[in-house]
Amino acid sequence: MGITAELFINALIAGILLGGFYAAVTVGISISFGILDIVNIAHPAFIILGSYIAYIMNVTFGIDPIVASIVVLPAFYALGAAVYELYYQSFEKHGQEALRGLAFFFGLLFITEVLLILVFGVDYRYVNSAYTDHTLHFDAFDIPLRMLIPCIVALLMVGLLLIYLARTFIGRAIMAVSQDQLALQLMGVNPVSIKRIAFGISIASASIAGALLIVIQPVEPSVGREYIGRIFAICVLGGLQSLPGMVIAAMLLGIVESITATFYGPSWAPAVSFGLLLLTLAFRPAGLLGR
Amino acid sequence: MSALLEVAGVGKHFGGFIALDGIDLSVTQGQRVGLIGPNGSGKSTLVNCICGTLHNEKGTVHFNGQTVDGLAAHERTHRGIARSFQLPRPFVTMSVADNLRVPLLYTVHTRSGRHLTVEEADARCHELADLVGLGDKCNKSPKDLTQIEMRKLELARAMATDPKLLIADESMAGLSDSEVGEIVNMLIKLNESGITIIMIEHIMRAVMSFSQRLVVLDSGKKIADGKPDEVIRNPEVERAYLGQ
Amino acid sequence: MRSPAFFLVSFAVGLVVFVLARMLDNDYLFFAGYTVLQYIVLATGWNILGGYTGYVNFGSAAFFALGAYSTVVLHKAFPMPIPVLMLVGGIVSGLVGFGMGYLTLRLRGAFFSIATLALAVVLQTLIVNWDFVGGSRGAYIIRPHHLEIFDYEIGYIQYLFFTMMVLAVLSLTVARMVERSRLGYGFATIRDDEVAAEACGVPTLKLKLIATTLCGALMGMAGAPFPYYIGYLQPSSAFGLEYAVNAIAMPMIGGATSWVGPLIGAVLLGTLQQVATVTISSAVNLLIVGLLLTGFVIIAPNGILGLFHKYFRGKTDFVGRRRVDRIGP
Repeated sequence: MGITAELFINALIAGILLGGFYAAVTVGISISFGILDIVNIAHPAFIILGSYIAYIMNVTFGIDPIVASIVVLPAFYALGAAVYELYYQSFEKHGQEALRGLAFFFGLLFITEVLLILVFGVDYRYVNSAYTDHTLHFDAFDIPLRMLIPCIVALLMVGLLLIYLARTFIGRAIMAVSQDQLALQLMGVNPVSIKRIAFGISIASASIAGALLIVIQPVEPSVGREYIGRIFAICVLGGLQSLPGMVIAAMLLGIVESITATFYGPSWAPAVSFGLLLLTLAFRPAGLLGR
Repeated sequence: MSALLEVAGVGKHFGGFIALDGIDLSVTQGQRVGLIGPNGSGKSTLVNCICGTLHNEKGTVHFNGQTVDGLAAHERTHRGIARSFQLPRPFVTMSVADNLRVPLLYTVHTRSGRHLTVEEADARCHELADLVGLGDKCNKSPKDLTQIEMRKLELARAMATDPKLLIADESMAGLSDSEVGEIVNMLIKLNESGITIIMIEHIMRAVMSFSQRLVVLDSGKKIADGKPDEVIRNPEVERAYLGQ
Repeated sequence: MRSPAFFLVSFAVGLVVFVLARMLDNDYLFFAGYTVLQYIVLATGWNILGGYTGYVNFGSAAFFALGAYSTVVLHKAFPMPIPVLMLVGGIVSGLVGFGMGYLTLRLRGAFFSIATLALAVVLQTLIVNWDFVGGSRGAYIIRPHHLEIFDYEIGYIQYLFFTMMVLAVLSLTVARMVERSRLGYGFATIRDDEVAAEACGVPTLKLKLIATTLCGALMGMAGAPFPYYIGYLQPSSAFGLEYAVNAIAMPMIGGATSWVGPLIGAVLLGTLQQVATVTISSAVNLLIVGLLLTGFVIIAPNGILGLFHKYFRGKTDFVGRRRVDRIGP
């Protein structure tokens, strides 16, 4: 098999694995922006926070980072609920979320990044776990475990969330709160509580996404900013309210980015998502499977 | 008499939900039309499609002999279609007078090609405010108005655009009997000065006393269109309101 | 006060400041003062789009850097006087602002804001990969020692200060003029209720594009002299975090509904940061700005101006928009 074909297949596989991971990164925003209509641009900050916490636990206690992120899930959930409560009391209640809500989340994003710089500095941090250095070798391609495991965990998490949203009472209430708050109230369900739960789940997903991130690549505080473009490109491409669409879009972005990086160099990667975002907004703003 | 507004086969859907299903409506110049129907029948959606706030996927809308399909809402306002909103949408960082000034600055001004002086604009704002009984509230913030006063502001703001066609979307909800009568009289007077009016209302007393013609919507379809007394006695209309 | 009069009065004030600084004969004052003036322009530009029209621009660093890098490109091709560079920077950034607005402003405001956030990252990627402007290694711009005007020698940093002062006065004049004009009414309606604005006949897309272009242009003009100011331009400094946060924090803390707010915010925060950078690290500095921004947004969303109105003007008749000077196009 020719070199180019081999390169292409490896890039394709890497892209699919990356795409799975991107789905985990984006699912939190699908919930907060797609379903709850909260423009949480600070989501990448929570992901990076998750990365650093996984890092600390890995370096201090030797725990596998993904396991560590699951351990701190409740804390992230509580953090998400608290942030939503603050957001709701300060902005949503008064209908001021457009300018002020955005500025608020930007403030959070900014403060988190600067705090991380102050505490950890700008050096890259990475983790060591059982699989970080292993690679599965096949005839035509390689699969590094440090990409395969996160992809599997990511798709598992997204799958579980999909089932939760479709099958459980609270999950369906979350889907309903975006469409008909009044109906929910008439059923005796408090929309604000539902939104708080949903936002908590959204931030909790960031904890896991963060751990997956630091398994895949070394992390430093400004890495979060690269993901903003990616996350929203995936959301827009996938259609804001369609989770399956989001997964497909994530795969698509992963593949395009991976192929671009392989054939044109990795430093162009951030531009790919933005280019995709602009193209989608210009030609098909409802996304692939959107409303 | 030619039709001022010609709505033909207008259809609008939201995802799988069909809000409007092939609506035909023809309004002649100078008519007073009442538009009624149970909640969710598509009245506001129809208004939004006529005014350009929403885009109808099917059908066409003609106004004053020209098509308005594809025109943005503000362009339709320039052409002479004005509407008030069911839930008042005032500009909250401006005074009442300034709320009325905006249509003057952006519609009347554009249309006439002649610039209003500051004094002329001020005078017109006060005139409009007086017309709806908000004359002494000109310097107040919309946040200080009662619900009823906000509805009057909505109407006054629509009238400030000097429209040929005014669509009043449930402007009388929550008003007292005398206030309802006040608004109906005001609208009739406007109509006598040449403005075609479509009134969307639930208050039957107002609709019956105002309308020369009555149109009924139900579940996105037009089920009746004719003289008010006849339409009211139409069994289908009764069924729509009372359920099957 | 009519706009030409305002410009002259403000210019006179700026001139007085300039002369005073020259008398104190301390170059540091000019270096620090330049930064504050630069922030006045950035904050004012941001506020035309953010405070007046309600569309949040997170990519101030991108527009600022575009201005700076336009200068670098021209400097390598053929050097030009600062005012011309400002014009070029303004045009480049204005065009990019227009382009982005054209693609995203038909949709919800949030999409525009997100696009601006992503723009900064992408532009930085492009610049880092562009060897002509030095890529990630950066570009050296030798700052001349002095400038000669009519046989009179003036230190170059003083020249930079002076031109930025003129730009600051210009931007304040433009902001005030917009605020008091028909355009300002249009912007405010977009901020308050875009759907109702359209129903009143306001061409919202056109106005939003004007606001975006103005904002981008002003930021680009502020960035144009930056390479000469700093001498060595790296992408990380042109796209620095401080521009992103200050462009938002200054107007929101000062008060976003009027031209005075960005001025207050820029002078206060700018001066504070200049003082603080000497005593504490720049990261802590930025942290404080971030905390102030978030704090103000939650507690005093109308900024310092809002607090002033609340406590000193009382609850008398509506203190709303100022009277319109003239109703013209």
